[in-house]
Amino acid sequence: MAATLRIPTVLRPAMGGASIISVEGATIGDVLGQLTVTFPAIKGQLLNDDGTLHRFLNVYINDDDVRYLGGVDAPVANEDEITLLPAVAGGAA
Amino acid sequence: MARYASVLDLIGNTPVVDVSYLSPKSSVTILAKLEGRNPAGSVKDRVALSLIEAAERDGILIPGKPDQILIEPSSGNTGIALAMVCRLRGYHLKVVLPTNVSPERRQLLLAFGAEIIDSPGTEGSNGAVRLAHALADENPDWTFLYQYANPANPLAHYRTTGPEILKDVPEITHFVAGLGTSGTLMGVGRYLKEQKPDVQVWAVEPPSGEMVDGLRSLEDGYIPPIFTDNDGTELLDRKVVVRPRESIEWTRRLTEVGLFVGISSGAIMAGAVKCANLVPDDQTATIVTIVCDDGWKYLSTGAWSDDIDEVVERAKKIIYF
Repeated sequence: MAATLRIPTVLRPAMGGASIISVEGATIGDVLGQLTVTFPAIKGQLLNDDGTLHRFLNVYINDDDVRYLGGVDAPVANEDEITLLPAVAGGAA
Repeated sequence: MARYASVLDLIGNTPVVDVSYLSPKSSVTILAKLEGRNPAGSVKDRVALSLIEAAERDGILIPGKPDQILIEPSSGNTGIALAMVCRLRGYHLKVVLPTNVSPERRQLLLAFGAEIIDSPGTEGSNGAVRLAHALADENPDWTFLYQYANPANPLAHYRTTGPEILKDVPEITHFVAGLGTSGTLMGVGRYLKEQKPDVQVWAVEPPSGEMVDGLRSLEDGYIPPIFTDNDGTELLDRKVVVRPRESIEWTRRLTEVGLFVGISSGAIMAGAVKCANLVPDDQTATIVTIVCDDGWKYLSTGAWSDDIDEVVERAKKIIYF
């Protein structure tokens, strides 16, 4: 199952430079696990040693934060758009 | 006609208006709480007053004592609200402000007598927070209220915004607000969950992390301490990202119900519509959203008048949340 992954500027240097790539996996955990195999340099940036999401990484499936959809177990469907976003200070309007 | 002793007495008790004309489902009511009606023009009036009053209660600030200096990082509204309160109380406020906020926000800070310290626009709010920390460390005699970590921020919403919402909309099923410092969501969310545990609390955030050049690695990430202190991940039921195009589109659509609002409020309305779309067709729901401020401070962005593609590109470069 192929989904699209949007990569933020801060992670691009360690992920081949592309802003959008195609990824596969049944869950977010599968997708991120596969990415750490393809791009070993980002392993510590995506997942903790226990397999949970890095504290400062927000992952969205179709703009929905996966932390509220089951975390690394959140299912990924064909043609889903996955976005990685670093946590930054809120705009504090 | 009511008469008030001070502008500060006008903070809060904002009206709620039905904007269900924009709801995608007739079974889902959407109500907007108009925080732009606060005297300095935004929801942050509540926070500013709460921060200052807490510091005065704790003896950190002393009304009437000369030469008291405060420093605060803000992308605008908190700074403007603090500047107004500080002017009334006689404190000198220094606001660390990213260079890429709308010029109206800068002008309003100056109007209320605040001093602006620029932080790099490319570093976004993270850069302003970092610089404010550094300056506060170098100047221990300055007061650093630090809205991102100060419990008086969510407390303002726990004590005022939350109860106002439940009083005016007892049938509320969902609360949707923006995730900036997380003060509104943590304060209102906690109050609503205590009073009516079935209420769903949704956060809306912009994809800021995509644009911040100052972020060198994920280790530079930032989660507001008040979010973690209030178990934010547990408190929220859902978090959605709303992109600049949707934010502008919904900012424009809100004019169809007569509301001229800031761009972050357009983003929150987009989040409310996503929420409404997920309500099962055989159920009714009442969503309350926050209109953080009015549109005046964003006129220079051309948000309502220019070609939307141009506005979206511009919106990616300014901080509107």
